[in-house]
Amino acid sequence: MKTYDLVELAGRNLREAVLRNSLTTLGIAVGVASLVAMLSLGVGLQQVFGKKLGRSGLFDTVIVASKQDFRNDEDRRTRPNMQSGDIKTLDDNARHAFEKLPGVAEVYPEIRLPAELRFAADGKTERPHFATIAALPASANASEAFEDYQGTFFSGPKVDEAIVMAEFARELLEMPENTKQAENKNLSPEDAKRLIGKELTLRYAERTASADSKNTGSNEDPGGAGFRFSVVRREKKLKIIGVVGAEPYGGVRAVSRGRVFIPTELAEGLNLIQPSDLRTMMRAPASAGKTYITLVVRANKPTQVKAIQDTIKGMGFSTYSMQDASKTLTRVFTFLDMFLGIFGSLALAVASLGIMNTLVMAILERRREIGIMKALGASDIDVKKLFFVEAGAMGVLGGVLGTALGWIIGRVINFGTNVYLQRQDIPTENFWYVPWWLVVGAMTFSVLVSLGSGLYPASRAAKLDPVQALRHD
Amino acid sequence: MDGNTNAIQTVDVRRHYRMGENVIKAVDGVSVTIKQGEFAALLGTSGSGKSTLMNLIAGLDRPSSGAILVHGRDLAQMSSEELAKYRRHTVGMVFQSFNLVPTMNLAENVELPMRFAEVDRSERDARVQDALKRVRLSARLTHRPSELSGGEQQRAALARALVNKPQLLLADEPTGNLDSRTGEEIMNLIQELNTTLGTTIVMVTHERSLAERYANRLIFLGDGKMLDAGEPATTLTAGGVQ
Ligand SMILES: Nc1ncnc2c1ncn2[C@@H]1O[C@H](COP(=O)(O)OP(=O)(O)OP(=O)(O)O)[C@@H](O)[C@H]1O
Ligand SMILES: [Mg+2]
Repeated sequence: MKTYDLVELAGRNLREAVLRNSLTTLGIAVGVASLVAMLSLGVGLQQVFGKKLGRSGLFDTVIVASKQDFRNDEDRRTRPNMQSGDIKTLDDNARHAFEKLPGVAEVYPEIRLPAELRFAADGKTERPHFATIAALPASANASEAFEDYQGTFFSGPKVDEAIVMAEFARELLEMPENTKQAENKNLSPEDAKRLIGKELTLRYAERTASADSKNTGSNEDPGGAGFRFSVVRREKKLKIIGVVGAEPYGGVRAVSRGRVFIPTELAEGLNLIQPSDLRTMMRAPASAGKTYITLVVRANKPTQVKAIQDTIKGMGFSTYSMQDASKTLTRVFTFLDMFLGIFGSLALAVASLGIMNTLVMAILERRREIGIMKALGASDIDVKKLFFVEAGAMGVLGGVLGTALGWIIGRVINFGTNVYLQRQDIPTENFWYVPWWLVVGAMTFSVLVSLGSGLYPASRAAKLDPVQALRHD
Repeated sequence: MDGNTNAIQTVDVRRHYRMGENVIKAVDGVSVTIKQGEFAALLGTSGSGKSTLMNLIAGLDRPSSGAILVHGRDLAQMSSEELAKYRRHTVGMVFQSFNLVPTMNLAENVELPMRFAEVDRSERDARVQDALKRVRLSARLTHRPSELSGGEQQRAALARALVNKPQLLLADEPTGNLDSRTGEEIMNLIQELNTTLGTTIVMVTHERSLAERYANRLIFLGDGKMLDAGEPATTLTAGGVQ
């Protein structure tokens, strides 16, 4: 039998029992809808977290520390009696070595320190403020570190520019504190305009190498002959170029807890004294130059992180990346999706029984008709195909209807959740996401389940003995 | 038409049904030859195996043993797919209870066999019209079977049976549900097919008089066995069998 005849006959048969077939189709639609709604929520949740973590920049970075400062469990196990001679110092040599590794985009230290900042709010007198300053690499913008941002980003790597957190901006403008958390944390555009372009004076302590060796009477460390440094108080004028509402990197990284951000290269050039400097300097051999507590090595692609991390580990440093944590997270989400998928599929399984029931009923009802068709020359395969097309048509229709229904249900759940979150003063999120593969997958699944349910009825119809069916009783 | 060619030849055909302990011998060793263009009538008492033999010749059923040669090909050796092909191209069937599809109108009912025979769509309308004109039902194309009289339904069934131009028309008590006047109408149409198109006809009937009037060959069955299969003239003398 030709395809159009099959489709036409199947269509006739479906229309002949409209109510029953519609109800069966609706059953499939509800099954598909529950599957789509469940999975779209699963995917949505995953996306919300994925976006947060992706913004953290942690998936494309390796944090390197000297083993002196940071020894993880693995180091303790493999080399329990590590001598200080084995320990590699994290200095500029190491930094240059990292920069030359394949796949490395940049290497920079994490700089974070408290400082005094002076600012004069519109016509008022200059007042001191205290805040933590953090250095941000120029690449921070590229890796979408910022959310809820107003203004421009650093115009270059070494410019005298600053970005301030909205809370600190309010302090600078002498505005009352923002208490409503759920609301947009950032300033209003008018307030931002009052701040952007203004000057902020940074007062900081600079570390300078000192050649002077005869000013103290104490006993010097014989190994550290001539090693001294002095501290000079300095000022630096910075231009405010942006206000950010949310913490950069999704608040995951140490630097993100600063309140004022300046370019990393500028910060390095200033030779700022960080709280950790004293410790490193006391420990370092006199010959050594600058050393770092930690360095951030950023890869071009997240896939290169593992290789870079392994290489640096092999060079004798402690490393840390989010790769392991991300694996666990992926596993958790796979489990969640599976769980949601199983619940969604359960409804579809029930629907498939509905199809089976409808078609088996149809065979009983159309016994004679099947007999007639066979007497008129229909083959077993023709009869089988006819039932298959009927099942498939219900599957296609149910799939389309169900996907639409699931989409609506997902929206409603998302909307309801967000209304609730808003009432609780928690920022809203889009928990619901229907990717194209879910649409295509749900429809395909619906058709496959329908055809699967049609398998038994179709073969039963095909096997029907026409002589028995036509027997007049 | 070559009157000497065999259209149907059954060779010791048996169809036995096993019912627990006993075996029902519905058809039990029938050997009969029907020539091309012949109008044969199958006669016999109720339960003598007439319908069973018809279904075997139609390829709807398979014999327990023996051969059924139609145009030289043994139906017993065919696959079910080949049998379906044989039914749609070679055989037209008419039943006592008409067996029209109640949810289809007359035109759709007549079109149905052409769907299975994969007749080109452009041809179908003309052939439906043709077949219905032959049985004088051209005016009732869009009526459903339930809106027709018994005679009209049987005429529609006849149109459906001949729409694929079969060489063989198998009719199982085509007048069984009709009054004698309407039955005659159907018989005339069948005879017309036999004479104008040369269609070989095998017809089951209870009414000996009807058989004698239209058929040129009477075949008597009793308890699944063939009792007599002569020309109408000779069987007249074989009396006693009814
Ligand atoms: N499927 C079956 N199972 C068991 N016995 C059967 C079956 N089909 C037919 N029979 C038996 O075979 C015998 C012949 O039946 P068949 O229908 O061929 O008779 P018939 O000559 O057509 O009778 P009628 O004139 O009443 O139509 C009957 O005894 C019937 O009971
Ligand atoms: Mg019978």
